[in-house]
Amino acid sequence: MNFLKSTLAGSLVFATLAGAAMSAEDTIKVGVLHSLSGTMAISETTLKDTMLMLIDQQNANGGLLGKQLEAVVVDPASDWPLFAEKARELLTVHEVDVIFGNWTSVSRKSVLPVIEELNGLLFYPVQYEGEESSKNVFYTGASPNQQAIPATDYFLEELGVEKFALLGTDYVYPRTTNNILESYLKGKGIADDDIFVNYTPFGHSDWSKIVADVVALGADGKKVGVISTINGDANIGFYKELAAAGVSADDIPVVAFSVGEEELAGLDTSNLVGHLAAWNYFQSADTDVNAEFVKTWKATMGEERVTNDPMEAHFIGFNMWVNAATAAGSTEVDSVRASMYGQEYPNLTGGMAVMLPNHHLAKPVLIGEIQDDGQFDIISQTSEVAGDAWTDFLPESAVLMSDWKDLGCGMYNTETKTCVQTLSNY
Amino acid sequence: MIRLFFAGLAVLLSCLTASAEERDIQPILQEHQAAIAKSSRKTIGPAIDAIATSGSPKAQTVLETWAAKAMWMRKSDGAFLVGKKTENKTYQLTDFDSGEVVGTYPSKELKHLKPNSGVRAMIATALVMFQLSDPDKAKRQSALTSIQRDPSAVQLAPLRASIENEADAMLKARKQRLERLLTIGYDVDIKARVEAIEEMSTDLSVDVRATLNPLVATTRSVAPGNVPEGLNIARVLVPGAEGFSKDEAYDLLVDKGLARAQVSSDGMRNALVANIDGGRVGGVPVAQLDKDDARSRAYAALAETGRVPSLVTQTDIDATLAKHVFFESYAEPSVEVTTAANHALDSIGLKVGFNQTLDLTLDALSLASIYFLAAIGLAITFGVMGVINMAHGEFIMMGAYTGYVVQQIIPDHTVSIIVAIPLAFAVTFAAGVAMERLVIRWLYARPLETLLATFGISIALQQLAKNIFGTQARPLTAPGWLDGALVMNDVVSISYIRIAIFILALTFLGIFLFIMKRTRLGLETRAVTQNPSMAASMGINPGKVNMLTFGLGSGIAGIAGVAIGLFAKVTSELGSDYIVQSFMTVVVGGVGNIWGTLAGAVMIGFFQKGIEWLNPSNTLAAQTYMIVFIIIFIQFRPRGIIALKGRAAGD
Amino acid sequence: MQRSFIAKNPSVLIFLTCLALFTLLVTVLSEGFGIGTISTSFIKTLGKTLCLCLIAVAMDLIWGFAGILSLGHFAFFGLGGYMIGMWLMYERTRLIVVESLSQADIPPTSSEVVDAIGNQIFGVVGSNEFPLIWAFSDSLFLQLVLVVLVPGLLALVFGWLAFRSRVTGVYLSILTQAMTLALALYLFQNDSGLRGNNGLSGLQNLPAVTASQDAVSLWFFWASALALGLGYLLAAWIVSGKFGSVIRGVRDNEARVRFLGYSVETYKLVIFTLTACIAAIAGALYYPQAGIINPAEVAPIASIYLAVWVAIGGRGRLYGAVIGAAFVSLLSTWFTGGQAPDISLGFYTVKWVDWWLVLLGLSFVAVTLFAPKGMGGLVDLWSQHKNPNRHGADLGPDDGALREQEASQ
Repeated sequence: MNFLKSTLAGSLVFATLAGAAMSAEDTIKVGVLHSLSGTMAISETTLKDTMLMLIDQQNANGGLLGKQLEAVVVDPASDWPLFAEKARELLTVHEVDVIFGNWTSVSRKSVLPVIEELNGLLFYPVQYEGEESSKNVFYTGASPNQQAIPATDYFLEELGVEKFALLGTDYVYPRTTNNILESYLKGKGIADDDIFVNYTPFGHSDWSKIVADVVALGADGKKVGVISTINGDANIGFYKELAAAGVSADDIPVVAFSVGEEELAGLDTSNLVGHLAAWNYFQSADTDVNAEFVKTWKATMGEERVTNDPMEAHFIGFNMWVNAATAAGSTEVDSVRASMYGQEYPNLTGGMAVMLPNHHLAKPVLIGEIQDDGQFDIISQTSEVAGDAWTDFLPESAVLMSDWKDLGCGMYNTETKTCVQTLSNY
Repeated sequence: MIRLFFAGLAVLLSCLTASAEERDIQPILQEHQAAIAKSSRKTIGPAIDAIATSGSPKAQTVLETWAAKAMWMRKSDGAFLVGKKTENKTYQLTDFDSGEVVGTYPSKELKHLKPNSGVRAMIATALVMFQLSDPDKAKRQSALTSIQRDPSAVQLAPLRASIENEADAMLKARKQRLERLLTIGYDVDIKARVEAIEEMSTDLSVDVRATLNPLVATTRSVAPGNVPEGLNIARVLVPGAEGFSKDEAYDLLVDKGLARAQVSSDGMRNALVANIDGGRVGGVPVAQLDKDDARSRAYAALAETGRVPSLVTQTDIDATLAKHVFFESYAEPSVEVTTAANHALDSIGLKVGFNQTLDLTLDALSLASIYFLAAIGLAITFGVMGVINMAHGEFIMMGAYTGYVVQQIIPDHTVSIIVAIPLAFAVTFAAGVAMERLVIRWLYARPLETLLATFGISIALQQLAKNIFGTQARPLTAPGWLDGALVMNDVVSISYIRIAIFILALTFLGIFLFIMKRTRLGLETRAVTQNPSMAASMGINPGKVNMLTFGLGSGIAGIAGVAIGLFAKVTSELGSDYIVQSFMTVVVGGVGNIWGTLAGAVMIGFFQKGIEWLNPSNTLAAQTYMIVFIIIFIQFRPRGIIALKGRAAGD
Repeated sequence: MQRSFIAKNPSVLIFLTCLALFTLLVTVLSEGFGIGTISTSFIKTLGKTLCLCLIAVAMDLIWGFAGILSLGHFAFFGLGGYMIGMWLMYERTRLIVVESLSQADIPPTSSEVVDAIGNQIFGVVGSNEFPLIWAFSDSLFLQLVLVVLVPGLLALVFGWLAFRSRVTGVYLSILTQAMTLALALYLFQNDSGLRGNNGLSGLQNLPAVTASQDAVSLWFFWASALALGLGYLLAAWIVSGKFGSVIRGVRDNEARVRFLGYSVETYKLVIFTLTACIAAIAGALYYPQAGIINPAEVAPIASIYLAVWVAIGGRGRLYGAVIGAAFVSLLSTWFTGGQAPDISLGFYTVKWVDWWLVLLGLSFVAVTLFAPKGMGGLVDLWSQHKNPNRHGADLGPDDGALREQEASQ
């Protein structure tokens, strides 16, 4: 056994060494840390393909700092501890200069200690629950105030919803988002009894009772709206049951934070027309840059493929990183980080995204109505909203702020004027 | 705002015929150009208002066009026009007033007006006036729907007026019903309202409850001394009694500005920090302030000097509370109405409760039938043959994917389902037979290893499905006639697809019983199960019988897959979602007996729905407790609900 | 006694020597204390693999020797991880909080400190209060006791209930699977107080330890190797004695052992609880190396994989379990890590990321069918072990026992 193990170890070490030696000095390595197998592969594989496409484009345009970019793709297989292991491997064995990756919050929390210990750089492209700020992570997806809060405002003001059903899959993003929303709604004068919260397991399929519960909420004469943080496959059963119960978007509108073009591809949307989703990007955005991006994507991946919000996040994040590295004249993490602040890059939906000192982007918020072709009709687009690392709507977080540029602290207590911690909370 | 506009409209409507000069609509639209172009519910009110009351014959058309997202704005001059898509990105525009085509424009020069559903609802409300007596039945219908969604006082008169001439019996009934509801809410005559309330008190629809509930909505309030006159008081509250703690009462007083707020521990801390004086606070050294009693001492010392407000003690609270009276009052001033509404709601509530139980029972039955359907194949392979087939879930998945593939080839949903069901059976039957021949028959003597080997097949099949179909969930769409739900009333309803699954489950129960009790295969299966060598010596070929039985069980799993795919989703993990539950169903029910499996499925279904009912906000908990319950249940009945007795029970 | 035990079981000595040499070799090649040929991330992988080998030894005891196919041992493994994780998180957060609060104007009260820790740990999952189960998390000693106590008690209660009502065979397997599923679902709930799906993270950062991960990973590697060595020794000692004979008897014919006057239930309960404790210790060593523990770790699939490792390695012999766990889990890492070269068939390229599970599944079927002894059987070939010749009769008395023909395949 021992012989076997050491042989194996030896061969592995040899392979990695050989790999390191072969890669010449004149490439810049970009780590791609997305699950290519397991439950998250469905969403993350697309992002890996996006990164490869962006890197190819950049190389065709002359690379970066006179060198070619080289993508190092690893597969953490939707296994959260494996994310930490692979991140360490990327940073120490492959010695990448930057990592683009992760989807779920738990995978990010798994990677955080490693990235901070080894001073790596991670671009995280997915909408998330906030309440975090790491020196080594740039969050290019939406924080709650860039997705959940504007969508709730839309419900309150445009649709006149008075009673809320917060339905979510039982994990951290829905939990925290719903917590923030509950607190926000109470601040807006919505009573406790008018907020119904339900959590279901991943992949839940038996929705009849929950849909019946939501319909029954209308019994006191208030307009009911559903805010859905239901994740992945479970949405299919939910929307099917909603359609079967004859709930139209005019009676009980549903706004989803985790349903995008990719998710709708698995559904017959004719019964869902009019339900809503809130994102920072929709494929249907009518701009020239977006038309170009969609065209390239379809040309690379096939005509039936769609683009979605996290792809735009990677698009912006990658280009900002390229520009920051060019400005800094190096890909060394600290100098790139210093020149990231204030970086601007055009959004695919129009306007400019700006990188803020709290490592979040200022981006516009879009609300789209589902159409019968599986695309979204954009019915509301705000101006740029600055991403907030710590929400203003929870008492413990309201006093916190993040400013890596001047204060050098991601968790700064504005009341006591002290830095709570410089490492992130994981 | 809407109410106001309707008040004006009602007046206007009466003299509409007189003032209806041929006014053009475009100038009115231009007047509100900015609001219309922005189209936000907050600012659009006056614009809709103006269009609806313009008296223009085109007002209705404009509103309808706008709501249907067919109105465009020409960017050059801001004119609003009807747009019709012609060719790639160009639109043919028509003027509202003249009805003439004004030309074709590329979309770049136009702005598409997309009212959101909030604005559309307001437009629909405005359209009610035009549509209530519209010759087009569909429009009358949409007017009623709109009233139902957003009832208001001004709709009452026109609605009443339109009832008499309503030709369609269905719509007439609906109008009459809506009239009753509006009467309850908005009639000025209290007697008429009470009458209407009593009339509707047998109806458990959501809209009746939605009309009644706001009438009995109460607000909690407080007044010094006695209960104020002139209010419709629901009840007087005693602080400290159940449901109304003294803290709540005091908080209410603080809210109303009638009492001083209590000092929180945070507040105390901040006050101490603000009063640090030479390393001491109120005579207590700062370093000692890490204990609560030291902090209280320091705070008390500060309070004595008057630098901070003194603490509010329990005696203070009690004294203040005694000086005030707490009560809940109705917003509705009429006592008769609130009494009648409360009475009506009580009787409705009872009915609703009964119907909710019925609905829950239906849900539980439906869940039970799904579990049963998923487990019935297993009841054959595991229950009758004693083979642990961990790949059973993957057979379900294969069935579902077969349905998906068939639907890709045959676009008609009805036909494709009819083709898919036998095909799914055939595919999984073949897979089952192959597996039995290649793997399982070598392992009949080693049940634990069957478990492991079939688990190996299970992961291989699951990954294979991922490689072929990808990880994305695939749509399996039910035929149109299975859309929708059987609605008995607003509380009890069940979707047709679930009914179909229920029927399918019953059918399979019948088929299973028929095969086992009435056919030669069933007889031989039972014989081989009980004693293979004896069966063999009677001329039965045990190998063949085992193969066919296993194929049958797998085939049924395939059909179950089609059904499950129809109501949920088709993914490669579909099978693993059901495998543990299926085993539980069979084990809880009692191995080797189909009635046991049925009983197991029913018990698990009802139990899970029961827990969901007790704890509606956490479905995950229901699943957890269900499994814990099963574990405990098996301790007491290790052989399941219906245990085999005698020789057949031997391992 | 000890000497004669070793003398009777030379394989134990060989194993321990190999393990010691392997540990030494890895240390010499490591980045932390050696020449740096092996990266820290690979040291962590090796350390984790040793923990997996330890739980495989436990699994072999319960399945290979006592004949109880438990599909729930990862529940105990995970619980052990959770118990140590609670202390690691609490203590790490406490240090941060105390440091941060000490900058305030007046010193914090102890309840303020606890509140702040709770807020830090549970703020992520939208809560801020300590649930009851964290009552002892401030004490390393108590949590270490709980590492063994909690899984041990769970195993004791579960085993007592199950064995008392004579649940055996596949029923027991399914029941243990249900147990681990219930535990996973319970932990998935945020209300369970262990941070739901997020689990406990950042466990690789030991509180108040400033040494780099290069060193820490080696400490854990050594600890894992030591635990595996001791666990192996304990397991070998158990199975070589009288107790071992009885549990093997239970495996081969439970009824007969019972009729001989042994309390079969007690024997089963002892071995079940003991293996649960071993699994828990393995888990407590594993998760600080993995860095994060969450409910997905105790999902039923993990325990099934455990059975797969033991079966492939060869059950009924302790070194077989170790070989199986090490071989399959390392191979799995290699294939899914994208390091295995793709195979081009001309019309189709076999990507191992996609096809590895298919291969694993099928090879598993193959092992069950054609090589019931697993990889350990290779040792027999080499050492010319002959099967007892029973002239075609069953090797064991019951239906489940191997037939001679199968055994000699």
